[in-house]
This record gives sequence, C-alpha cells and structure tokens, in this order.
Amino acid sequence: MTTRTLISPAQLARPRGKFLYWVVFVLVVGLFTLVFLGPLYWMVSGGLKTTQEVVQSPPTFLPKTVHPENYSRAWDVMDLSRLLFNTLYYAFGALAFQLILDVAAAYSLSKLRPVFGKAILAMMLVTLMIPATVLVVPQYLTVLDVPIVERNLLNSPWAIWLPSVTNAFNIFLLKRFFDSIPRELLDAASIDGASPLRTLRSVVLPISRPILGVVSIFAIVGVWKDFLWPMLTLPDPSKQTLNVGIYSLSNGVPENVLIAALTIASVPTLLIFLVFQRNIMSGLTAGGLKG
Amino acid sequence: MSAPTLSPHKAAPPPGRGAGSRPNASREAFVRDLRRNLSAHGFLIGAVLCFSFFSWYPMVREFILAFQKTEGGETTWAGWSNLTTVLNDPAFWQAWRNTLLFTGLALVLGFAVPFVVALVLNEFRHAQGYLRLLVYLPVMLPPVASVLLFKYLYDPGYGLFNRVLELLHLPQQQWLQDPDTSMLSVVIAATWMNMGGATLIYLAALQGIPGELYEAAELDGAGVLRKIWYVTIPQTRLILSLMLLMQIIATMQVFTEPFLLTNGAGPEGSTTTVVYLIYQYAFNFNNYGSAAALGLILLVLLAGFSAAYVRLSRGGEDE
Repeated sequence: MTTRTLISPAQLARPRGKFLYWVVFVLVVGLFTLVFLGPLYWMVSGGLKTTQEVVQSPPTFLPKTVHPENYSRAWDVMDLSRLLFNTLYYAFGALAFQLILDVAAAYSLSKLRPVFGKAILAMMLVTLMIPATVLVVPQYLTVLDVPIVERNLLNSPWAIWLPSVTNAFNIFLLKRFFDSIPRELLDAASIDGASPLRTLRSVVLPISRPILGVVSIFAIVGVWKDFLWPMLTLPDPSKQTLNVGIYSLSNGVPENVLIAALTIASVPTLLIFLVFQRNIMSGLTAGGLKG
Repeated sequence: MSAPTLSPHKAAPPPGRGAGSRPNASREAFVRDLRRNLSAHGFLIGAVLCFSFFSWYPMVREFILAFQKTEGGETTWAGWSNLTTVLNDPAFWQAWRNTLLFTGLALVLGFAVPFVVALVLNEFRHAQGYLRLLVYLPVMLPPVASVLLFKYLYDPGYGLFNRVLELLHLPQQQWLQDPDTSMLSVVIAATWMNMGGATLIYLAALQGIPGELYEAAELDGAGVLRKIWYVTIPQTRLILSLMLLMQIIATMQVFTEPFLLTNGAGPEGSTTTVVYLIYQYAFNFNNYGSAAALGLILLVLLAGFSAAYVRLSRGGEDE
C-alpha cells in the first residue's frame, strides 16, 4: 500500500489523470537525468577529448577520437596517487578519532552521567550556534601554536584529525541513540561485573551499528568535501588533499587533463555513495530533522 | 531540571550528607560515586580536550583578537580600532551587499527549488529511488570537481551552457565574467551542488503527512494548490522554518563556491563575500584583528538566527 499524497488515487486512475501522470513523469525523469547526470557525462567525456577538441566552439557531444591516456597523464602530472592517499589518510584518521572519542563522550554523557555532564554537553552544543567560519581564524592561530603543549600542527595530519572530533552534532546524535538503549540492559551487564568499557564494547556498540554507520560515512565525506581548512593548515603540496591539490595545480595543466583529474577525484566518494546510499539517505533524514 | 530517577546510580546519596546516621554506608557510596565519576570523566576527557583546544579556546580567542593588534611580533590592545578599520573599508559594504544577494538568490533557488522538487517526486509511484539518487549525487562530489566542472560549463567561448542557449535561440551570456551575472552563476552552481540534502529532508517530511488530511480537503472541494496551501505547508511548517533558518545561517557564511569559481573577488568584486573578506584580512593582509572584528559582526548577526533555530527545534522535539 502506498501512502496518500496530494493527488487523489481516483484522479490518477482516470484516463486523463493517468495520461498526465505519465507525461509529467517522463518529463521529470528526462529533465533530472539531464540536469544531474548531464554534467557528469560532460566531465567523463571531456576527459577523453584532445586538448584542441575540449576548448573548441561549438563543443562536440561525443569525443571525435577517444584519448584515455589523458586519465593516466592526469594521474601522473597532478600526482593524484599522493593526493588520493593523503585524503584517505586524513579521512580515515578523522573517522577513527571521531569514533573513539565522540562515542566515548556520548556514552559517558548518556549512561555514566558524570558530575557537570549536563554543563559539558551544553557547552558542546553551544559550538553549534557559533558560525563555523567565524572560528577559522582563531582555530588557525591555535594550530600554529597549540597552547600548553606549544606545538605547531601546520602540515601535520593532527591539524585535520583533532578538530574533527569537535563535532557536537555527532555527539548529540550518538547520545540520543544511546539514550534510547534501555537502562536494564546495561544494569544487567554491570551486575554481571562488566566494567563500563566492557559494557560499551559488548552491549552498547553492537546495538548501535546503524548510528555508527551514519556517523562514519559523514565523518569521511566531511573530510573529503572540506576545502578552506585543509587549504590553510596543509600548505605543503606533498601533504595536500584532493580538493586543495587539484585547485592549486588547476591553472598549470591543459583543460582536458584537468577534467580527467576531476573525474578521478570524484570516483571514490561516488562509489561510497552508491554502496551506502541507503544508510546515507536514512542518516540524512534522521539527523537532518534535528539539525 | 530533570525529575529524580530511580536508577541505582542516582540513588547514591551525595557525599557528606547523611554521614551522621550510617557512616560506613555513606562512605561506601561516596567511594562508589567517586569511582563512577572518575571513569565517566575518563571517557569524556578526549573529546573535552579537543573541544577545549579547537572550539572553546578559539571562541574566547576570537573575542580577544578582535580588540588586539599585532605588529612586528608585538601584540597590543587596539580598542575599537579594528572595528573602525573594517567599517571604513569600502569592500565591507560591497561584501555585505554581495553576501545578502547570494543569500537572497540562494533562498529563491536553494530553498524553493528543493521543496518543489520534493513535492513533485513525492507524487510519483515509479522511479522514486532513482530520482532521489540523482538529486543527491552532486552532494557527494568533492567541491573542487563540481566547481571546476561548472567553470568549464560556464565558459563563454567553449562552454556547454552558451551552446544550449544558442540552440534555444537565446542570447549568449558571459556568466562568471560579467559582474551582473556572476553571483547568479555562483548560486546556480551552489544550488546544483547542495540541493540534494534539503530535497531528501523535505521528502521525508512530506511522507509523514497523514493522507486523511488530503482526503478531508478534497471533500471540501480543495484543488491541488489549495491542498498545498492548507495541508502540505502547515504540516511541514516546522521543517520548512528550520531549513529556512539553516539556509540563512549557511549561505551567509558562503566561501568555497565563489572562492573557487571566481577566485574570490569576481569581476569588479561582484562575488566578494563577507567570509572571503575575513579570509583576505587574515591570510592575505595578516591582519588577524580586523578579521576577528569582522567575524564578530557576522557572529552577532547570525546569533539571532541561531537562537531562533534552537528555540524552534526544541519546540518541535517535545522533550
């Protein structure tokens, strides 16, 4: 059974309704395919054209001759293997830090309820209200010279990993999920003599798989999509991410090689998306409503 | 504050109280409480340290920076001079005009388009999964890819967009290179890149509307537009207003799209945004004080929207 929507089923069942439905449907599907897949087609095919063809006017819709070697050239010229490796390294490091520290914090705030827990949570949530870009300058200065430990984190992966933990929204999402785990379950474990860490590992985490999946995907995508912060904190070209590296090299390479590089850079997150689309979309709506 | 719970942890009396009657029991409870708190704070410490260094301390520092000046390695108090520097900069007003133009256009496109798209998609009995996938696809691209791709599409000479206009017998545009169309071009690209999230959230909200409401409206003789006005919009009002606030907060901080599409300033400074100006003060002119002062102005303006957002989302949560 489908849910009732704007247009009544009776109206749709009439011949005129049916006809209109299919006309609109075909138009919309065609338009959407054009609007959202069209540019992607343009990117993949542009990467296959010759340098002359890619900047010729009027443009060709099909490459006259196919040049897959543009892709291998882009790979070499823009050092994409390094950029890809860097981005993966930052993304999975950030994921590890967020999973360990944010889950521990949310667990503590939700189930162990320490003194000042409420105040700490409130202070974390306040950071959601401060526009992120306002903090970029003081955060950058902090990374230049971290107080107390007096370390310069410029060009180090820590500059990406540690600030990624300060994701109050993640902690909030995890805490809400942990809040919904029945108390009795944890009490049973604690009566059996399980320590809080043991309880977290063998009771809480297994139940929390869906939310952990959502948080993980967003952690990785977040690093993959970030631009300003890695541009500021990783000025060394050999340490850069895909976004920053391709941008800084974009003026020095032929257009067709650049477009091939864009295609290659898009593949990993598109693959992640196609594999995990169900989780991503449900996570988006679960979290989106609140924030 | 929350009502007292019956959980065993909370049942432990606070230390120091009731010590007269049962010293041993209360001492035990105190030790238990202390141990529980120690382990609880142990779990918290990592995140709290990260927040201290990279969120809370920078928040405080932003305020301090705004009233400081650093010249030749020497930091002095500058009073309001950073603020006057910012306010007297002719780029200040232009950046605000541009940012408000971006926000306005982004609200027309980025707020309305996803809602209409969601309304239409929600009516379809077929291929909904495919269409949802399409709309969300660009969100997953690295921004550098979508942005440089749009730069290529916008090119007045060999770009695809002018070719399409030509086929439709419409006048060609300079897109990003004309101060009159540059901001609109940025907004179109940004909408394409980002509309997927909003569309899916609206779709989820639309699917939560009970069908009986539409049936009742039909009995009263309501047409499609009236049903949207009297049923759909009131039923999704909370989500709509939350998304509106979120859009305003997000678009007023726009940086990446204009920065990458038009190298920040654009033709005749037509795409310089407030955050780009902050970036320039801080990283091109090494004037952190003025950057922080401008940041504070942005913060004060957005704080109102943030507060409204928090109030609204609390109200919708019934907790």
